[in-house]
Amino acid sequence: MAFWITQSLNSLALGGLLFILSAGFSLIFGLMRIANLSHGAYFMLGAYVGLTLLRTGMNFWLAVLLAGVAIAIFGGLIERFVLRRLAGQTLSQVLATLGIAFVIADSCLWIWGGDPMPLSGPASLRGAVRVMGALFPLYRLAVIALALAAFVALWLLVEKTRMGAMIRAGVDDLDMARGVGIPVRSLFTAVFCLGAALAGMGGVIAGPILSVYPGLDADMLPLALVVVILGGVGSLVGAGVGSVVIGFIYTFGQALLPDLAYVILFLPMVLVLAARPRGLFGRIAA
Amino acid sequence: MKRAVLAAAGVAALALLPCALGNEYYVNLSSQVLIAAIFAMSLNILVGYGGLVSLGHAAYLGVGAYATAWVALRFGLGPFASGAVALGVTTLMAAAYGVLALRASGLGFLMITLALGQILWGLAYRWVSVTGGDNGLSGLVRPRPFGIDLTDARPFYYFTLVVFVAAFALIALFVRSPFGASLQGARDQPRRMTALGFHVWMIRWIAFVVSGFWGAVAGVLYVYYNNFISPHALSLTQSAEVLLMVIAGGPATLLGPLVGAALVVLVKDVASAYVERWTLLLGVIFVAIVLFLPDGLVPGVRRLWVDRIARRAP
Repeated sequence: MAFWITQSLNSLALGGLLFILSAGFSLIFGLMRIANLSHGAYFMLGAYVGLTLLRTGMNFWLAVLLAGVAIAIFGGLIERFVLRRLAGQTLSQVLATLGIAFVIADSCLWIWGGDPMPLSGPASLRGAVRVMGALFPLYRLAVIALALAAFVALWLLVEKTRMGAMIRAGVDDLDMARGVGIPVRSLFTAVFCLGAALAGMGGVIAGPILSVYPGLDADMLPLALVVVILGGVGSLVGAGVGSVVIGFIYTFGQALLPDLAYVILFLPMVLVLAARPRGLFGRIAA
Repeated sequence: MKRAVLAAAGVAALALLPCALGNEYYVNLSSQVLIAAIFAMSLNILVGYGGLVSLGHAAYLGVGAYATAWVALRFGLGPFASGAVALGVTTLMAAAYGVLALRASGLGFLMITLALGQILWGLAYRWVSVTGGDNGLSGLVRPRPFGIDLTDARPFYYFTLVVFVAAFALIALFVRSPFGASLQGARDQPRRMTALGFHVWMIRWIAFVVSGFWGAVAGVLYVYYNNFISPHALSLTQSAEVLLMVIAGGPATLLGPLVGAALVVLVKDVASAYVERWTLLLGVIFVAIVLFLPDGLVPGVRRLWVDRIARRAP
């Protein structure tokens, strides 16, 4: 019994991390029609930046915030100086993000070296609590709570604010949105920065659980892709449900069938693609 | 006629290349270029002629190579038998992948192929009992067609050249056939093609399977060139490299993949002698090509050439 409770909570924690990563990916894809293949690299870069900040003795949450800001600025520059030059050429934009992902990954290897590095969580959240008889690390519970908070905040942003209304309009019909005077360009930059910031913060938050290592980007990107294929492009609820499903499948797969955990991920994707190619909650076809 | 002469001259030049190069190192490098070119030509069927950009093409190279090595080492089959089994297995896998990936087109297709490719890569890393994990599989012996020993650089180069010429000719016939025309029609005007009664999905699926088959051919050559296979063959870097070859050389041209393959393999070889940061350089080249040379080297040079003739004519 304890096994099932612990693993379920682990699944939720991983799902929370995946949500923080893939929500930005999904919003960017939905609005700008760019599959941002540097998203995994932003995640890793955020983790490394956070690691460097923490080594100066900084408060954990401040490091999370600053890493998010740093990656947001970086993403904003990429959007402004690379992606915007390729406006309208979706494929070229995607390939450019892939090239940037390689540059980031190799630069991280260069700067921070090839050894996996632990990233310690905040001191106040060290230790474990007893959840229904099973011992569980406090930090992971905090991650679950944080992901829920991120979900609520993003949901409020998208559903209840003026900017959210503009984002939804852009996802549904970009030309019409432009036609009624929505400043699509600034909206693109804002959403890209937001997505990058989420990825960067997610990297630091994930640090105490996954640690930081070269190849973290290549491990996380396919998970984000599978989440988005599963949940549907441009949908927050889809990203949330997809993240939890993948979190459970991956965690239990690794515990029960360690050799094949990576392949089992594949199954929900196959089922969804066969039954509903636009994903469970997709508003648009990818 | 003119084309036939050019083609014969090209083959003759490639056949004489080892004599001109002398050093065995460069002969091996030429073999690498030819294998990469077959790999890039296979992807070009999808990307160039089909308009379906795949970021998981390393799957066919990798699975072709792993299947060859595994069958040869596990069951002790001869090199040709293992190669044939690998081609069959990989083509079947491409058929199944095609059914999944072609549920979407455009970016959805790209994401699905990427996800599928990464899953295979993860499998190669973690399914240690079959793939040997990080250590890969080694201990293969090169084939001996008609008793000719392919262990040395030169015989292997000629063996690769024969396969390359066959692949080039067959792919050229394929894309210029009526089927190739319908594939390009499905790329440019899918709705019109549907209205004309073509089964666009089936056309794309057949192209997908053919592309997977030639990718597997490259994989079999790859594993016999190296006598070794590791998860790197399945990595996203590998998929990106081959896509760069196609895009840099010029998609939907016959010579583009060869030019792109030569460019990437040579730059990689030269660069790795001076810097350790090949991936960084690959990323920079990628962004630069996308920004400044979007239609690739072969169409770019051809455009310059046509402009020059046009300027001289009046």
